Parts: sequence; C-alpha cells; structure tokens
Amino acid sequence: MCGIVGLYLKDEALKPQLGRLLSDMLVTMSDRGPDSAGIAIYSDAPEGRAKITVQSDEADSAFGVLEHALNGRAHITRRDSHAVLEVTADDVALVRAEIEANHPAVRIMSSGETVEIYKEVGLPADVVDRFEVREMSGSHGVGHTRMATESAVTTLGAHPFSTDEDQCLVHNGSLSNHNRLRQKLRQEGVKFETENDTEVGAAYFANKMRKGASLDEALEAGITDLDGFYTFVCGTKGGFAVVRDPIACKPAVLAETDQYVAFGSEYRALVNLPGIEDARVWEPEPATVYSWGA
Amino acid sequence: MTEFDLTSATLREMNSSLQDATSGTYSIVNPRGAHAIACGLKSEIGVTIAGSTGYYCAGMNQLARVHVKGSVGPGAAENMMSGKLIVEGDASQYCGATAHGGTLVVKGNASSRCGISMKGVDIVVHGNIGHMSAFMAQSGNLLVCGDAGDALGDSLYEARLFVKGAVKSLGADCIEKEMRAEHLEIVADLLERGEVTGAKPEDFKRYGSARQLYNFNIDNVGAY
Repeated sequence: MCGIVGLYLKDEALKPQLGRLLSDMLVTMSDRGPDSAGIAIYSDAPEGRAKITVQSDEADSAFGVLEHALNGRAHITRRDSHAVLEVTADDVALVRAEIEANHPAVRIMSSGETVEIYKEVGLPADVVDRFEVREMSGSHGVGHTRMATESAVTTLGAHPFSTDEDQCLVHNGSLSNHNRLRQKLRQEGVKFETENDTEVGAAYFANKMRKGASLDEALEAGITDLDGFYTFVCGTKGGFAVVRDPIACKPAVLAETDQYVAFGSEYRALVNLPGIEDARVWEPEPATVYSWGA
Repeated sequence: MTEFDLTSATLREMNSSLQDATSGTYSIVNPRGAHAIACGLKSEIGVTIAGSTGYYCAGMNQLARVHVKGSVGPGAAENMMSGKLIVEGDASQYCGATAHGGTLVVKGNASSRCGISMKGVDIVVHGNIGHMSAFMAQSGNLLVCGDAGDALGDSLYEARLFVKGAVKSLGADCIEKEMRAEHLEIVADLLERGEVTGAKPEDFKRYGSARQLYNFNIDNVGAY
C-alpha cells in the first residue's frame, strides 16, 4: 500500500496556497504510507535560471563544501536535509558534473526550470514540517506516502523519483518485471541508484521520452511493457498525468473544478479542497492515460 | 433522528452506537470519505449518510437500511447478509463482494469487480459496471441498466446477470441465456426495489453460467 496525491491549479489565485493544500492531502494519506513521504513541487525559476535540488545525510558540512566549490555559481536555499541550487540555465550540466565528481555525500534529487523534490524517511506530517511544505507556492505538485514493499526504507527509496528535467514519478503498487527491465535499460546506458521498482518505471518513461515519445505515448507504452500493479502519477513542467494498470486494483480518485484538478488514492485526501462538494469526482478507467497541462 | 457529526464523534463511537441500536433513524454528517462507516449493523434501523464515504461502507450489514447521499469507496456492502444499501452516487471497486443477501442499489456507476463472488445479494446498478464484475458469482441477481465492462461473469456459478446495455466481453463460461417469463418477473421486482424508472423488463438480456467449468474435463489434463 502507498498513498499518492496530486494537485494541478487552473486558478492562479490559489498558487500561494499550493503547499498548504498539498500538505493536507499528503498527511491525510499517512495511513497508507507511514514510513516515508515526499513531494515534487513546481514553481517557476526566474527567467534564464534553473533549479537543482540536492540532498545530503551530512547536510551541515556537505552543503558548505559544495557552496564553496561552486564559488558563487549557485544561489543556495537550504531546507533541512535538502537544498535548492539556483543556477543559470547554462550552468546546469557543469554544476551537476561537479556534484557527481567531487561531492559523494550530496545526491541530486531533481533538476529543471520548475521542479523541486523533497523526500525523507518518517511520518508524512513530520516530513511536511521539516521542509516547511505548507509555506511553498507553485502551479502544481505531486506527493507520496510510502509503505515499502520492494526495497529498503531509505531517503532514496522514497518517492517521487526524478525521471528527467522537470519530470517525476510517484507510484502505488509493485512492478514484477523491474529486474529484467533495469538490466535492459542499463545496457542502454541508463544509471540506477537503488533496487527500487519505481525507479525502473521512472527510468523507463524518461528513456522513452528521450527517444522522442510524448508523455502520453510513454505512459501508453508502459501499459504494455511494465508488468505488475500500478497507479502512477507523472509530474511534468506543465502539469501531471495519471495512469492505472489494466487490472486497476490500486485505488484512484480524480476531482475537477474550474479552479483545479486533484488526484488522490482515496476521496479522503480531497475533502479539504475548496469547492470539493461541487467538483466532478470520478475514478480513472484502467489502462487509460489522463493528463493536464503535461 | 439521532445525528453523528464525524468532525466531532469518533468513527468507533458512532459505529458502536449504531451496532447497539435496535430501532430508530440516524443521520451521519461530515463523513469526509472515512472508512468502515455503518459497518456491522444488525437491527432494522435507518441510517442516512450525508456525503461520500471511503472503504467498506455498510460492510457485513444485517437488516439495516443505509442510504448514502454521495459516492462510496471500495468494498461497499461487502459480505452484506440482509437489509439494504442505497448509494446515490458512484461505487468504487468490488461493491457487494461476497454478499449473502439484502439489496444493494447504486444510482450512479459501479467500477470493477462489482458483485465479485456474490452469494445471494441482489444488486441493482442504474449506470455502468466495470471489468471483471460478478467474477465467480455464486447466487443472487445483478441488474445493470447501463453497460458492462470486460469479462462479465467470468467463472460464474449460479448467479443471474441482467444487462440492458452493451457487454464489452463475457468472461470464461459466461453465456447469454433466454429471458423466460420467470426472469421477466425477477427483473420487474428488481427494477421496483432498485428504484429504477424508465426501463422495462423486456429491455434486459440475461447472462448466466454455461456450466462447463463445474467438472474436470479429461481433455484438459495436459494443461496441468
């Protein structure tokens, strides 16, 4: 079991409330996943700038060393065990290479123009507090509460998994052919950090899109190639997409109003949203891709 | 009428009061998608739920009449023995699963596995039902005024399935059967109890078991 939530705002006026609304949704899903939690939140970087979110178990020392090494190239905002490095769009590759080569205690969670990913082990309410998610604003976000089945309870095993620039994936379920698929993707040069099944799903979609597939096409290809149980929410720069496996055992509820599109593993996650009483609420069909702004 | 407000009363207090009640009508406000609302009731009481519920609403019900003025999450009326659950909105997966008796009415759509392994319940769905509905259904009646999804009635035993709309596909050993006079009577009764207007018994087709999976066929021995 795991819990997933997603919120895509149509109404600009709600943007300052994104973090608060998403936090409420996430914390409501604690019963479904009390061992770790994470969110991907999307908000624009200033023109020409990009964001790299990093994490370290030794944040006190490692972030200082990194800041020194980057020598003014990045504007660093620390949030607990994570930090967002705001850099010029041209410097992204250089900064990533520096981190990967010389800072083994620092892990890259995400990079892109809009995405920031925060995830940690612990109760969702505690994770939300540590990163002050309630204070965050943005255009859309996805979140995950984890009850681990396929791999260890670690920060890197928590969701969301970053798939590529400005993309992320959260998953409720378990994939049964992830070992073979990981092997196949490794042969194509894709790198993996964990033994986690969802990371393979994320890498699979990213790989498809790098070869030219649209998000919808990548998710549709996944219905054939990924074996197992899943409800996926895939975040992109512009919005998010939802897909369930053909058996559709893992629950999913969507709600839409003039102000937002919301996703929850259960209706419970949506009850605090403004105007939910009058929202169109439905269960997404199996093996069908739904997307908004993606 | 006694009211329980789930923003102040705990789910356990409320369920335990309803389970102990022997008569009267009760109203539950602010259900907010909570699980296991009105489970294990065992008397002829009336319960109205003002809003949508989560998993297992009215599970194991006996005798009580539960009315949800919203939608229900997975497993509504699971293992119901008698009484009635009426859902004004939609029902999520496996509503009426393993239910032995009583009546389940869904006025919207029911999703996958509706009536899975049903054992005597009568289910009336005003809208559509999802895939794998009535899987291994043993007895009782499932009446669907809309369409049915893939693999309807797979590995069916003796439950009767009546569908007005299209059936996407039939499951293993499920076949269309003739509507005889006795079936028209059953459907007329279901339409009335299910509060369906605008449909006639003649509009429905009947599906049931071909009874080919009941006994081991020696020709299939190579498959094991």
